[in-house]
Amino acid sequence: MVDRIADPWGERTPYGPGQEWPVRVDRYLADGRTDADVDRWVQSASVLHSNGDALDIGVADGRIVGVRGRAVDRINRGRVDPKDLYGWQANHSPDRLTRPLVREGDRLVETDWDTAMGRIVARSKELLDGPGGWGHFGFYTSGQLFLEEYYTLAMIGKAGLGTPHMDGNTRLCTATAAAAMKASFGTDGQPGSYTDVDHCDAIALWGHNVAETQTVLWMRMLDRRRGPNPPAMLAVDPRATPVAREADLHLAVRNGTNIALMNGLLREIIRRGWYDHDYVDAHTLGFDELCRIVDAYPPQRVADICEVPAVDVERAAELLGTSQRLLSTVLQGFYQSNQATAAACAVNNLHLIRGMIGRPGAGIYQMNGQPTAQNNRETGADGDLPGLRNWDNERHVEELARLWNVNVDIIPHWAPPTHAMQIFRYAEQGSIKLLWISATNPAVSLPELRRIRQILARPELFVVVQDLFLTETAELADVVLPAATWGEKTGTFTSVDRTVHISDKAVDPPGEARPDLDIFLDYARRMDFRDRDGQPLIDWSGPEEVFEAWKECSRGRPCDYTGITYEKLRGGSGIQWPCTDEHPDGTERLYTDGHFHTEPDYCETYGHDLATGAEFTEPEYRAKEPNGRAFLKSVDYQPSPEVPDDGHPLLLTTGRTVYQFHTRTKTGRAPQLNQAAPDVWVELNPADAARFGIVEGDLVGVSSARGAIQARARLCGIRPGVVFLPFHYGYFDQDPADRTGRAANELTITAWDPVSKQPLFKVAAVAVAKLADGRGVPSPAPTVGGSAPPADADVPPTVGGPAAEATSEKE
Amino acid sequence: MQLAHYLGLLHRAQVNLADAFRQVAEAHAEEPDIEHLCQQQAKRCDGYAEQLRPFAVRYSEDAPDEPDRLHSQLFTGTRTGGIGLLRDLQDLYLMAAECDITWTVVGQAAHGARDEDLLAVVRRCEGETAIQLKWLRTRMKAAAPQALVVAG
Repeated sequence: MVDRIADPWGERTPYGPGQEWPVRVDRYLADGRTDADVDRWVQSASVLHSNGDALDIGVADGRIVGVRGRAVDRINRGRVDPKDLYGWQANHSPDRLTRPLVREGDRLVETDWDTAMGRIVARSKELLDGPGGWGHFGFYTSGQLFLEEYYTLAMIGKAGLGTPHMDGNTRLCTATAAAAMKASFGTDGQPGSYTDVDHCDAIALWGHNVAETQTVLWMRMLDRRRGPNPPAMLAVDPRATPVAREADLHLAVRNGTNIALMNGLLREIIRRGWYDHDYVDAHTLGFDELCRIVDAYPPQRVADICEVPAVDVERAAELLGTSQRLLSTVLQGFYQSNQATAAACAVNNLHLIRGMIGRPGAGIYQMNGQPTAQNNRETGADGDLPGLRNWDNERHVEELARLWNVNVDIIPHWAPPTHAMQIFRYAEQGSIKLLWISATNPAVSLPELRRIRQILARPELFVVVQDLFLTETAELADVVLPAATWGEKTGTFTSVDRTVHISDKAVDPPGEARPDLDIFLDYARRMDFRDRDGQPLIDWSGPEEVFEAWKECSRGRPCDYTGITYEKLRGGSGIQWPCTDEHPDGTERLYTDGHFHTEPDYCETYGHDLATGAEFTEPEYRAKEPNGRAFLKSVDYQPSPEVPDDGHPLLLTTGRTVYQFHTRTKTGRAPQLNQAAPDVWVELNPADAARFGIVEGDLVGVSSARGAIQARARLCGIRPGVVFLPFHYGYFDQDPADRTGRAANELTITAWDPVSKQPLFKVAAVAVAKLADGRGVPSPAPTVGGSAPPADADVPPTVGGPAAEATSEKE
Repeated sequence: MQLAHYLGLLHRAQVNLADAFRQVAEAHAEEPDIEHLCQQQAKRCDGYAEQLRPFAVRYSEDAPDEPDRLHSQLFTGTRTGGIGLLRDLQDLYLMAAECDITWTVVGQAAHGARDEDLLAVVRRCEGETAIQLKWLRTRMKAAAPQALVVAG
């Protein structure tokens, strides 16, 4: 038995370079059940993080009773993240939405589907009638639906209504990953494979607390670290995360300065001759300009900007520059920070100039934050076109028009699809009048929440929310649609390393809740969208039909699914796209021949100026003659839009704990997970805390120019001058009459990266003040993870106890 | 030699553009990307003007009187709302375009004057001015349909 709350990563299974990662099958069955009590196991994968771990859902008496890892799968080899071990219990939560709700004055009242859908369709038809009707619609979806649902939604928006105002909360988590890969390699699509961990001799983690966000990937790294010839490890993070504590070298940079660090590292690597001259010559463009920019960042200047020792910058460059098989992973510390796309591109630059791409161990993971974010990007329900097509390439848009049998003019392609923050701005100004939010909770997850609540509450804005629970967002809706969730519907989704999994329906949804796909198909039917021949535009009846249609849309594009079927996904391991007739088993790594997706007729973008987001045109792009070479792009460091001042002397960064996912809609309803991290806390460096007279457990007010919250203090290893808040905590489980500010996003700024348009969650200036004495009671922060207190602190350890007992079997 | 007058023209155009960027940033602070990037571009324009100053001083020593109607007024203050934003960005575009062509003219003159130092400044700044134009065009293209067709 193992308590996977106390030990989220479980027992080590060490292995050496080039060996296969040993199998370890994790399982958790509730209420003391054993395998003998399980009627059947239904194949699925994780939807509580982005790793794509394959698991089976145990069903007994028509209910989910537990999960076990799939030993056969290439991603996790049987392991299960604690969020997945316990999180499924939220499916059974008594407060699931089981009937549609409609607004009557200041109340939401239960109704039937006909009434709810009737209201949405009536308002839609009214808005669509007249020139520019398309512009009144906005769709804000998720990183948690299935591929089939996104593709259907993309067609509704782009070919049915013809609106460019579609995005997902993927904008908050992976927009920069996509933007950086498009900028460097020509299209989205992860070059590497998780098996690169098996082969690498160095791992660099750029703003990526993988130990808490993708625990199974971290288990793989730890198993290499405990085996023979372990890889060196570099961590860049302002917090003392488990990754930072494990690493051989930790650079605790000041938030918002990543590009200065990256430029400095590139300069050292170039000046010391640690780059691959032949690879640069044959496979890249822009080396001279890159050298010109990074030359202005000697170690001491980097040290001054980033507030790290110059000698550590040199040591980091040596670790990176002398490795033979370098693996990099990048996440929110780069993506949600200042100059995000430029910093993420700089990691690509590092691999390109060292020729560390497309071979075992030499990989890049531009990570996703959410389980199905990749599919939203592929299918174009967010700010992309389906099939990773280029909105600015008339031929790509014509392909879609042919495929959908619609006039090319209905597909909006006069500008890039509207990004999430601009969609909310149009709603604020009143030109977007219907906002349909599916499977996400912007009233907790977007920046500057007071403003977001005001927008959602505008009487002129018709808000549709499709979710499992009455979230903080659903409370403000005009129509609430009860959705089925993971385990209650069938579909596919794709992990960071392009591995496609199927998730089969295991049980029926509660009450009248419906799969998101059925809801979208019902809307399409009621709206009576037609193609060019007057036939129904969308006439699918189930997920497999949608998947087959999607395969045609993906044909010939980087994310080619044409060799995959539902049948092929069942029983074995997941399959990595591109998977075609020529590559029926999928493709482990991209760019193995150093040929990138930068041909003008194939690429997904003609490129941007990274400092402003200015778009280059097709003729300008063609003139560069990329011919399959990758782009080396960088910019100079510029301070964040907001920096500390006398009134707000500290920098706020927001983030995650291993026990919660997103806005806790599910994990907050799984007892083991919620008890491990039940309430918000604020992390302070002991030196800062002393300055403000704060000790462990004190109630602290944290305020910015936009709002204020209260949280108990955890004194820990975060760098001086920076405070941390987990962003998970909203208000759904507080007394509605007595809601005290606790959501981190009350404080964050409305600002975004000029290229990826990802909001900057990591750089708000805040003030802290002690509000009340903690009387010796520690904060509710877990002792596991980035919030771990110093070893000598008198804080009881986070444990799960008997209710969290799971099993782990090694082969 | 009349070059001093064109240097003066360019200097004033950059100062005016910096000032206009700042006014637009403040007037449209509710559009955070406009606010942030206009402030950033204003600083860049300050930098260009600063780099021009020593050349303007040097060439003014042997310059005749300034010709008539050298300067023109392109910006008369900001507006509000979606279409107001579009018009303000259009003003910035025209001002940046004036800077852009003036850099070209000054660059040609620098060739004639065999002034390598001035040429180096021109090369640096005219490229960045072109990016300014491109950014303004990108932002206006994205904003135009909603402002002109959709918004009431």
